[in-house]
Amino acid sequence: MSRPLWKESAAAISARVRAGEITAVEAMDAGWDGPASLWEHDVHAVVHTDREARHAAAEAAPARGLLAGVPVLVKDNLCTVDYPTTCCSRILAGYHAPYDATVVRRLREAGAVIVGKGNMDEFAMGSSTEFSCYGPTRNPWDLSRVPGGSSGGPAAAVAYGLVPVALGSDTGGSVRQPAAFCGVYGLKPTYGRLSRYGLVAFGSSLDQVGIFARHAGDVATTFAALAGWDEYDATSRPAPAPDVSNWDAGVTGLRFGWPANLWANGVDGAIVDALERSANALERAGGTRVPMEFLPGEYAVAAYYLVATAEASSNLARFDGVRYGLRSSDATDVRSLYVRSRSEGFGPEVRRRILLGTYALSSGYYDAYYLQAQRARTRIRREYARAFESCDFLLLPAAPTLPFRVGEKVDDPLAMYLSDVFTIGANLAGTPGLSVPVGVTPEGLPTAVQLLGPQDGEGALLRAARAIEVNGDVARLPREHEVEASWPGKR
Amino acid sequence: MRIDRDEVRRIAELARLEIADDDAAAVAGQLSGVLDFVATLQQLDLDGCEPSTFAPADAPPREDVPGVRGLDPFAATAAAPESDEGYFVVPPVVENVNP
Amino acid sequence: MAWEAVIGLECHIQLRTRTKMFCECEVVFGDEANSHVCPTCLGLPGALPRLNAGAIRMALRLGLALGCDIRHESQFARKNYFYPDMPKNYQITQYDRPLFEHGTLPVVVEGEAREFALTRIHCEEDAGKSFHPERTGDRSRSRVEFNRAGTPLLELVTEPVLRSPADCAAFLVTLRRLVRALGISDADMEKGQLRCDANVSLRPEGASLLGVKTELKNLNSIKGVERGVAAEIERQRRALDSGERIVQATLLYDADHDKLAIMRTKEQAHDYRYFPDPDLPLLVVSEAELEQARASLPELPWRRVQRFVAQYGLPPYDAAVLGDSRELADYYEECAAGLDPKFVANWLMTEALRAVNERAWDVARWTAQVPAARMADFLGRVARKELPGPLAKQFIGWLADEAGGVDELLARHGVSVKGTAEDLRPIVKAVLDENPGPVAQYLAGKTVTMGFLVGQVMKKSGGQAVPTLAQQLLIEEMAARS
Ligand SMILES: [Zn+2]
Repeated sequence: MSRPLWKESAAAISARVRAGEITAVEAMDAGWDGPASLWEHDVHAVVHTDREARHAAAEAAPARGLLAGVPVLVKDNLCTVDYPTTCCSRILAGYHAPYDATVVRRLREAGAVIVGKGNMDEFAMGSSTEFSCYGPTRNPWDLSRVPGGSSGGPAAAVAYGLVPVALGSDTGGSVRQPAAFCGVYGLKPTYGRLSRYGLVAFGSSLDQVGIFARHAGDVATTFAALAGWDEYDATSRPAPAPDVSNWDAGVTGLRFGWPANLWANGVDGAIVDALERSANALERAGGTRVPMEFLPGEYAVAAYYLVATAEASSNLARFDGVRYGLRSSDATDVRSLYVRSRSEGFGPEVRRRILLGTYALSSGYYDAYYLQAQRARTRIRREYARAFESCDFLLLPAAPTLPFRVGEKVDDPLAMYLSDVFTIGANLAGTPGLSVPVGVTPEGLPTAVQLLGPQDGEGALLRAARAIEVNGDVARLPREHEVEASWPGKR
Repeated sequence: MRIDRDEVRRIAELARLEIADDDAAAVAGQLSGVLDFVATLQQLDLDGCEPSTFAPADAPPREDVPGVRGLDPFAATAAAPESDEGYFVVPPVVENVNP
Repeated sequence: MAWEAVIGLECHIQLRTRTKMFCECEVVFGDEANSHVCPTCLGLPGALPRLNAGAIRMALRLGLALGCDIRHESQFARKNYFYPDMPKNYQITQYDRPLFEHGTLPVVVEGEAREFALTRIHCEEDAGKSFHPERTGDRSRSRVEFNRAGTPLLELVTEPVLRSPADCAAFLVTLRRLVRALGISDADMEKGQLRCDANVSLRPEGASLLGVKTELKNLNSIKGVERGVAAEIERQRRALDSGERIVQATLLYDADHDKLAIMRTKEQAHDYRYFPDPDLPLLVVSEAELEQARASLPELPWRRVQRFVAQYGLPPYDAAVLGDSRELADYYEECAAGLDPKFVANWLMTEALRAVNERAWDVARWTAQVPAARMADFLGRVARKELPGPLAKQFIGWLADEAGGVDELLARHGVSVKGTAEDLRPIVKAVLDENPGPVAQYLAGKTVTMGFLVGQVMKKSGGQAVPTLAQQLLIEEMAARS
C-alpha cells in the first residue's frame, strides 16, 4: 500500500497533482479524513473552516504551479475572502475581509488550496496560543503542553499532518518558536521579502509572514512562490528575491557562527545537546564552526517590547466599532462607543500591550522609551552585521526551553516575553531566521535549533537546514513520524 | 520606572480603554515590571546609533493612476455594525470638530 | 493701551491629483457615499499605504515657488487620535521632518508689497466626513463616509507675521492665485479645497514678546477669515482692556451669526503620540526630481504682474487685475500680441470684465465664448479705427452673446463696414459744406439740429453709416472748423 497522501511533502503532492495522478480535493481530504478526524478535536489548530468552502477552493485550484493542489492552513491574521479573519479576537468576531492578503493570493496563484484559518494568540500577542478567544491550541506531541505561539495553530496543524505547509506571522518569533515547539520547520524571511499587505498589523516594522513545513525543501518551494515585491506594500523590497532553488546543495565551504555565550545559562540541556548535534552534522557536511561572542538577547527583548507595543497601540486603534467588528451595545456617544467596544473586544494581554505602547509614545516619555528602543535597534542590527562578516549564518537556540505546560506562564508577562529571547533579534534587525527540528527528547518532546542569516540569506539557511536534515544523527521525525501508531499526545 | 494607578488611567484614556478601579493597581504593577526590565537598555552603549528605519529606500514610486481595489458602498459597509444607505452610522459625536 | 495683533495662519491645500495620497482611489467630490474607497482608505485590517508620486511632484512646485528649504529625506509620521471620520484613528502626516521649511509668500496688502515668512509646508492625508445629527435632522445618530479620506493635502504654516484681518485676506488671495497658477489645487474655500485656521494673539504695541494665543477654526471663506479674525481681535482687546487674561483655547467661528464659540481649552489638549510611520519609506527627493519640478514651474503670478508693469507699462493696479489668474493673464497676453498692450488692457479691464460681471460669468466662460483670436481681431479693428468707439462698446455684447466673426456680426446687425470713420468723413464734410445754416444754428447752441445733420449723413451714405459714429464725426469736424 502506498503512503497515505497526508504524509507526503508538498513537493510530492504538487508533482502528482500536476501529473494528473491525484486531485487537489484528494490531497486535501487526506488531511481532514485522516489525522484531523483523530486529532483536531484535541489539538484545536483550526478556528475557521468549512467543508464546502474547502472543496470549492480545491476544485477551483489550477492543477499547475509550484504548489499545485497543496492544502495550506493560514494564520487567522491573514485576510482571506472565503473565511473569517478575526485574529482570534472578540473585537473581530465574524469579520469577513473583502480582499485576499497578497501572500494568500500568491498561494492560490501557485495552485495551493486554502483550507481554513489557524489558531493564534489574539492579534499575535503571545508565545503560547493560549490567548485566543476561541480557546488554546495544544501541542500535538503532548496535549498538556503549549504549541508555542503566536502561530500555534498553523505550527500544530503541520506537525500532526493536517497540511504539509502553513503560513504564520513572526513579529518576535511567532513562527520560529512554535515551529521549534511542534518539531517542524519555521522560516521568518528577510523583512520586506514577503508582502505584509493583508496581514493584520501588530508591529509593522517587525511583522513578517512566515512559512511552516515538515521538509526544508517545502519551505524553499513555498518561499519561491510567495517572495517578491508587492505594489500594495511600500515596505516590500523591490530587488529580486534570493534564489533558494539550491536548498539541497550542501554546506561545503559555509561558515556558521557559534555564539556559545548565549546558552551558557538558562537554556534547557536538551536544547544545548541539539545545538551540539546540529553543529556536528554541519561539520560532517563540510561546514566550518566559527566560535564567537554575541550580544545577550535581553537587550533585544527590551527594545522589542517598546517598539512592538508602540506600533501596536497605533495599529490597533482602528478597531473601534465603527466600520467593522464588535460594537458595544451600551454606547451612548462616540466616546463610550470606543471605550466600551475596545474594552469588551480586546483580551487582557492585548490591552496590556496597548497600554504599554501608548505609554512609550506619550508626551514626555517618547525620547526615553520609543526613541531609545529604536536606537538600541540600530545597535542590534550592527551587532548582527558584524557577526555576519565572519560567518554565513549563526547557529543558536530557537527557544530557551522545551514546550512549557498550558497555563504555566499565562500570568507572568515577563516570563512569557523572555521565551522569545533568541528570536526577537532577527525581527529587530530585519534579517531571516529558520527553526530546524532536530529530533525528540526521551520524553517525546521535539527539540530544535535556529539558524539566523544576513539580509537575503535565506538560501544558506535552507541549505544548512537540509544538511542537518540529512546528516544529523537525529531522529528525523518530521519525515518519518507515524501518527496512527505512536501519536505521542494520545499516550 | 513606577507607573501608578493615575498614570494607568491617563494612558487608558489616550488608548480609549477602560480599566476597572480594581484592576488598575494590578495593571500598574505589571507595566512597572516591564518598564523596569526595559530599563536594561540604558546599559547599552548607543553612541552614534540613529533610530532605525526599515522600509526600503529603493521602493518605486506609485504613479497617480486609478487602480482596481475599489469597493462599492455596499461592500464598504458590509461589515459595519450599523450602516444606512452606504453611510456608516455612529452615535452622536459630542465634540463637534475634528481636531 | 494700544494693542497689536499677531496672527499666524495654518492653511490646508487640497491637491488636485487624480488619486488619493496613499491609495489608488480616485478623488471625486459629491458622489454617492463610500463609492470611492478601498481597503487602504477605509482603514481595513491588513491594508497598507503607498505614496502617490504625483502628489509629491505637485508639492515640489509649491515648495520651489515659495523658496522653501527642501528636505531631501523627509518622513511620514502618525498622528494618533480617535475620531470617526479618521479611518485608522491616526492620520498620516509629517511631523519633525517635514518636506519644506521656511520660504516666503510675497503679498501686496492695500498697495504695499510685503513678504510673509513661512514656517513649514508638509504633506498629509485628509479625513472623511461626518454628518452630525443637527445637520441630518436625526437627533440620535451621526453618519460617516470616506470618499474624501486620503485626499492629498499640503499644510502650510506661517510664522506669526500677519498683523491684521486685511493681511490674512491678502495672504489667502495670493496663495489661492499661486496654487491655481501652479495647477496644483482649485483652492475653492467653499468646497474645502483651501482651508484656513488662524492663531491670534494681542500684545502691547511695540512689544516683542508674544501674548497668549487662541486658535480659530471653521473659517471657510476669505471673508470668513477676515471677519473671524477681526471678531477675535476685538474679543481679546475687550478682555485685555478690562483686565482679564486670555486663556489658550480653540474657538469656532460661526460665519452666519458672526459669533465665536469656545471649543476646548488647553487642559483638554491632545497628546497625539507622533511617531514615524513604519509602513512608509523615507520620502526621498532627488536632484533630478527637483530639476524636473523646477522646469515645470509656470511664471509665478507675482513675477508676471511685475513683468506686466515693466514690459507693457501697465499701472500696478491693472497689472494685478489682469495677472489675477493664469487664465486671464494668458488671455491678455494673447490678445495683446501685435497690438498696443495698454489699449488692450483698457479694453479688457473696462469692457470685457464688465460684460463678464453683468452676465455673472467667470473668466473661463468668457474665454470660451470669445477666444483670444476673435477678441484680437475685434480689438485690432477698433485700434485701426475701422470700428467706431461707441459701436465697438455695443459690439462687446454681440461678441459675448452671439456666434460669428466680426464681419458676420456687422452684417447680422445691418452695419456696413463702409460705415467706418475713413469712409464717413468725406460724407460728413460734404454735409457740413452743404448745410451752413443748420451748422451755424448748432454752433449757436441749438443742439437739436444735430438730428437733422445726422439724418443728412445717413441719407448721403445710403443708410450704411453708424448714427453714433456720424454724430461723433460731425462734432469733431465742426469743432475743427470753428
Ligand atoms: Zn482608497
